[in-house]
Amino acid sequence: MNIFQLSYKNLLRRKVRTSFTVIGIIISTWVLVTLLGFNKGYENSLNNDIDGMGFQIVLTAKGCPYEAATLMLKGGTGLRYMPEEIVKEVNFAEEVDKTTAMLMHAEFDPNKGENGGTIVYLGIDPDTYPEMKPYLNFKQGNWFNEKSVNEIVLGYEAAELEQREIGDLMLILGSELEFKVVGVLNRTGTQDDGMIFLPLKTVQEIFDKKGELTMLGIRLKRDADISAFEEKLYELPDIQVVSMAQVKNTIMNLVSSAKVIVFSIAFIAFLIAMFGVLNTVLMSVFERYQEIGILKAMGALPKDIFNIILIETALLCSIGGIIGIIFSYLFSNVSEIAIRHFLPFTPSGSLIKVDEKIAVISFFAIILIGIIGGIYPALHASNIRPLDAIRSDS
Amino acid sequence: MNIVEANNLVKIYARGSEKIYALNNISFSIKKGEIVSVIGQSGSGKTTLVNVLGCLDNPSIGSLKIDGQEIFKNTDFVKENLKFSEIELTKIRRKFFGYIFQKFFLIPTLTVKENILLPSVFQKQFIVDEKRLNDITEMLGISKRQNHLPSQLSGGEMQRVAIARALINNPQILIADEPTGNLDSKRSSEIQELLLNLNKNHNITIILVTHNLELAKIGNSIIELFDGQIKKN
Ligand SMILES: Nc1ncnc2c1ncn2[C@@H]1O[C@H](COP(=O)(O)OP(=O)(O)O)[C@@H](O)[C@H]1O
Ligand SMILES: [Mg+2]
Repeated sequence: MNIFQLSYKNLLRRKVRTSFTVIGIIISTWVLVTLLGFNKGYENSLNNDIDGMGFQIVLTAKGCPYEAATLMLKGGTGLRYMPEEIVKEVNFAEEVDKTTAMLMHAEFDPNKGENGGTIVYLGIDPDTYPEMKPYLNFKQGNWFNEKSVNEIVLGYEAAELEQREIGDLMLILGSELEFKVVGVLNRTGTQDDGMIFLPLKTVQEIFDKKGELTMLGIRLKRDADISAFEEKLYELPDIQVVSMAQVKNTIMNLVSSAKVIVFSIAFIAFLIAMFGVLNTVLMSVFERYQEIGILKAMGALPKDIFNIILIETALLCSIGGIIGIIFSYLFSNVSEIAIRHFLPFTPSGSLIKVDEKIAVISFFAIILIGIIGGIYPALHASNIRPLDAIRSDS
Repeated sequence: MNIVEANNLVKIYARGSEKIYALNNISFSIKKGEIVSVIGQSGSGKTTLVNVLGCLDNPSIGSLKIDGQEIFKNTDFVKENLKFSEIELTKIRRKFFGYIFQKFFLIPTLTVKENILLPSVFQKQFIVDEKRLNDITEMLGISKRQNHLPSQLSGGEMQRVAIARALINNPQILIADEPTGNLDSKRSSEIQELLLNLNKNHNITIILVTHNLELAKIGNSIIELFDGQIKKN
């Protein structure tokens, strides 16, 4: 027999109390793992979305930079326009590798969701857009047959939502026209999955925006000086230059307030777990006053008793920690849905990314917290004198 | 050779502002291999005495030697000349003493065998082999009970388990504070046999506190306490 068995057998003595404490630890571990996973997953997904654009810089008409940032990734209202001539001027610059012009159009769709929603059409240039995004490939069909044609290409999720396959017709809101679906893209995990693509020229015609653009995506040459190039762009009138790094920062700023909430919840969960451990272990020390005294009379040193109590704590925390980590893997989808409610902007990929490193860090964090909670009871127990026990009458 | 030497032991308890002399100037010695019985009315200081002798408690004044080693020495209230720390006392207890009490203090979650082996958990230098365990349980008549929990035993059996636990690390001195206080007369005389056997065949020194005058008679000497003092007779 050894000290571990003494600790372990003691935990089995009060099964209900032990279980409740373990449940507390499970919950806090779960919260922590999910939080750390979110911290990582969110940034990953955002990076993914931004890299998925295929360009580092976007030009838009002058406006609010926050609006520009979200517009870029999700589409939005209050669109501003810039003249098409700008493309030539930009292409002229030596730093530029490729550009692609886009015209976004948003319409209210009364049938979307419960109270209606916006549907966004993205007019793209079939000559340059596919080149910018070579990783886009088709589940069915292909890109448009001509530069100006009444055809639609759907992102993977858009196709599922609209329940359309190639050959099907789709009504374009805001017009009387029905377009034919000619292609459905494979899933990319980026914002392209939710897009409805039309040829740029066609969007300009049917929505009466001839010669106008909402965005110009710019890909720079490999070793181009981005900041020098941005300086040049500022000379263009009424143009807003948005670098993707900037977009990312803007969004991360928006999200940081949501993170504070999540961090606070985790902190509270931790405190609760710590006091739960402290309470459970302290109660069990009080209950075993006599027993601990007898162990001392049997030759246990204060440090032996201290160890027994700390091992009990560590056992509680390991069991709870392991189950908590398993839970966070199993239920990361549920947590994801919950977290999405808190956030001003959510990227397309998965928000919570739990990996081994996070699991290990969380496991040790919970053990540390537990041990902190166990120190006071353990010290208290190690100071019990054999005499107190023998004399006590309970 | 004296294994225990007590000189002018005084133990004072404070009860509010009142001072209680639980031990009042006690001096005597015990030779190796002796049985000493301690008798006296309830409250006369028997438990206090054996706790001090057994190094479970420090006296207020006096001196105490175990096996020639000075454990405690304090000639007045002001200055402590020698006082062992809890850790040092633990080491003395490990080396010399086994204890049995009126209450058995078995750990309810551990089996009989685990309860008996408890002292060896903390004292790595004692390697308890199966044979020693079997010999002791055999001698105490509890060998068939090794895997039972304390709650499945009778009072007499529980006290035997407590005795086995006290003996497992081969103590030189067994302190027994009213070991038969919770047992009927048949079980009491069995314990009496056991103590005699331990003393005769294993040369264990025994300090035995009891109310039972029959049992006290197994002592080579009998100390009677009255109000914290040894009653001369
Ligand atoms: N911790 C204590 N605090 C105060 N008084 C005590 C304490 N322990 C024992 N006493 C008192 O010391 C006296 C001797 O007690 P004790 O040694 O237990 O006697 P016995 O074992 O002979 O019944 C009693 O008057 C008892 O009330
Ligand atoms: Mg007593």
